[in-house]
Amino acid sequence: MRSPMRFNRLLATLFALVLLAAACGSDDDGGDGDTTTTGGDGAAVDLTGQSVEVAAIWSGDEQERFEAVLDGFEEATGATVAYSSTGDDIAAVLGTSIAGGSPPDVAILPQPGLLSDLAGQGALVEIQDAAGALVDSNYAPVWRDLGSVDGTLYGVWFKAANKSTVWYNVGAFGDAGVEPPETWDDFLAVLQALSDAGIPPLSVAGADGWTLTDWFENVYLRTAGADSYDALVAHEIPWTDDTVVTALETLAEAFTADFLADGSSAALQTDFPTSVTNTYSDPPGAGVVYEGDFVAGVISDETTAVLGTDADFFPFPSIDGSPSSVVGGGDVAVLLADTEAGNELIKYLASAEAAEIWAGLGGFTSPNQGVDSSIYPDAITARSAEALTAAEVFRFDLSDLQPSAFGGTVGSGLFKQFQDFLGDTTSIAAVTGDMEASAAAAF
Amino acid sequence: MTPEAELVGSSGRHVAGKELALALLFLVPAMLLLVVWLVYPVVFTVVRSLFDAAGGSFIGLENYGEMFTNDSTLTAIKNNAVWVVVGPTLVTAVGLVFAVLTERIPFDRAFKAIVFMPMAISFLASGVIFRLVYESDPDRGVLNAMVTAVEDVFREPGRYPGGRPVDPEQLTVEGDGFISDALFSTGDTAELGLIGIRPALVDEEAQPAEVPAPPSDGLSGVVWLDFTAGGGSERGVIDAGEVGLVGVNIEAVSADGSVAGRASTDDAGRFLIDGLDPGEYRLRLTGSAFREPFGGYEWLGPTLVTPAVIGSFIWIWAGFAMVLIAAGLAAIPRETMEAARVDGANEWQVFQRVTVPLLRPVLLVVLVTLVINVLKIFDLVLIIPPGSVQDDATVLALEMWRVSFGGAQDQGLGSALGVFLFLLVLPAMAFNLRRFRAEEQ
Repeated sequence: MRSPMRFNRLLATLFALVLLAAACGSDDDGGDGDTTTTGGDGAAVDLTGQSVEVAAIWSGDEQERFEAVLDGFEEATGATVAYSSTGDDIAAVLGTSIAGGSPPDVAILPQPGLLSDLAGQGALVEIQDAAGALVDSNYAPVWRDLGSVDGTLYGVWFKAANKSTVWYNVGAFGDAGVEPPETWDDFLAVLQALSDAGIPPLSVAGADGWTLTDWFENVYLRTAGADSYDALVAHEIPWTDDTVVTALETLAEAFTADFLADGSSAALQTDFPTSVTNTYSDPPGAGVVYEGDFVAGVISDETTAVLGTDADFFPFPSIDGSPSSVVGGGDVAVLLADTEAGNELIKYLASAEAAEIWAGLGGFTSPNQGVDSSIYPDAITARSAEALTAAEVFRFDLSDLQPSAFGGTVGSGLFKQFQDFLGDTTSIAAVTGDMEASAAAAF
Repeated sequence: MTPEAELVGSSGRHVAGKELALALLFLVPAMLLLVVWLVYPVVFTVVRSLFDAAGGSFIGLENYGEMFTNDSTLTAIKNNAVWVVVGPTLVTAVGLVFAVLTERIPFDRAFKAIVFMPMAISFLASGVIFRLVYESDPDRGVLNAMVTAVEDVFREPGRYPGGRPVDPEQLTVEGDGFISDALFSTGDTAELGLIGIRPALVDEEAQPAEVPAPPSDGLSGVVWLDFTAGGGSERGVIDAGEVGLVGVNIEAVSADGSVAGRASTDDAGRFLIDGLDPGEYRLRLTGSAFREPFGGYEWLGPTLVTPAVIGSFIWIWAGFAMVLIAAGLAAIPRETMEAARVDGANEWQVFQRVTVPLLRPVLLVVLVTLVINVLKIFDLVLIIPPGSVQDDATVLALEMWRVSFGGAQDQGLGSALGVFLFLLVLPAMAFNLRRFRAEEQ
């Protein structure tokens, strides 16, 4: 009876060896593509067989529209593009993938602060060769500055946002008998009138800290002026400064229990898309919601309201006679891996064609001057794009310019401190103290 | 024949020669994996925790010092303590109850399968499910929908929640309702205007507001919505198109605070309180018409968020506890329990004095496994609480991740937190290992 035993033993040994081989063998992804035909200036490059990974914060409707842009790239070059959404915490997701050695080829960052952090870590590839010429010819100089660190160009601004648009429910305003306000005092009066009419006045997305930072930046730019804004961005004045306190006190005039639909604790649990759908529900859950021009995308995809008739916006009201000011945001495309397909994608995103694809779908403003403004699908987007370019004072979103530990991390830093402020608008001294402590730690 | 090398197993058996070679052949792949994936990362983490955020300079135990003075870490430690004390105990208790109750019922296998099913879903998906369940808006969150439905049965919400006087000096807030400051004499007519009422709440059959005739003995008046759609109406005056509010209860309050008479408004908002003794009265609009509907609890607010997440943990893991305990229960000899019953013990005493002591080993295994699990909890705490309460709900594993890969990218501090968590789990692991060893012998 030794044969079966010996056979079993042999089988077992073989099995163990196979397991060992499987465990030790590595899974190599196909290397970069083979020969490509480099076309002449403007002609599409053939990247068949190559693949590019792109990561951005967009999900839902914005993701669909961006994937349409990527489809354009796939058609033009034959490459395969894989998109993954990182959610709001892009710093954490990218940080993990970079630390793990397998970052996406291209990432689209919502904050210049994150761009400088990554450039400082050496995670970015400079794109002067790929897109430098396009950036110089198609973009205003401010966008090149925002995409560079110490003079080296790392990012091209693909999407811009006018973050000084306040959206309202036209029907609700009609019922309350009010017109879009132009000054802050008129704005407070409008909120009061909405409240009298029995319509909850203001919808604030407190669960997402970034919306609260946008509120603050618009108020601060108007109460403290552009010079103080720049000083605060560079942390030359502390967050405990009087200008900050004044701005927070002004903001507290709108964030009162009477004006916030369902109160501040409900606001702290409302995320951005919900705050918009609440405003345009029937009956309206709120009369006014503030965020940037990308609200239009949420309105057209998630609600039955029609842009222009049911939903419209007015520019953020001026405070004490401040000039027309726009706080802008944007998303910058950066290159993380020096592959040919990645470089070509960056070049594509810097072109007007890529921008026009999304612009035609709505909810998108391009800082690219090569984009034909008639491509915008409705008067509303055209108006907000014009407001962006025609503002007397234009500044980039302050929280996005901060190091991302302070200005761009979910649950801590500015995001959290503004949420604390919304929860208790009398706690200004404590909140500014926390902000200054976080800022000091980050700078 | 002396073997060149030999192993002595825990049972005392000598293994040598070919058997030894075979044993090593099977062990080597596993050991290789363990060294690469377990031993090396542990050593690397401990070393990394002694360096600063960028990993360049050696800072010794500074990270550990910072860890214990940082507010977030202290909250995380506190939350972990709550988790460890509450979580495994409740899960084991629920599992025990389920196991005992489903011992010999029909369809017990189907029931156990259903209770065990949450273990089959990814824990992240369970987290998403519970995020939706705990939504504070009663229209979206299941839990608050149930709570408000029950509350509304006992406390009916008012017809006009949010309504308030157009002239705050005419009527002041009193509890849920309002009371007039001024005194009205019998024979007077009061005009009480209200605003802040949603147009949808006004009765469809409401009539245009009318001031009633002055009463002979008593008080009359009108309660109306002092607002026209489109605005532009004059406050305090009944404009054309303004409707009366039906169903508001009015009380006439005499000087000593007692209620002298009651009435309710009709379709045109008019009311008449008659039969009053001549004198002066204040008018009260009772809160029954203005009570706000109960909005539900804030399950994901700062105070309730940790219990809420623990609740979802129980939902997921109760099945696991139940299955293990049921297996242990099946191994208990029935005679012991029968003997107890014959001796006159009731079911509860049988359970308490016989079943549970006999189940002790199984309960201990379940408890310790869950303790180890709970110390490392991460996915539920990441998904369920929204960003605004992440600071209040944080646990050590989440802190480690936030600190290492969030904006700060401080992997030195993150490694220190990892080492701390590892040290916390070690005693539980050692306890489990000792039990396994003891059971082997």
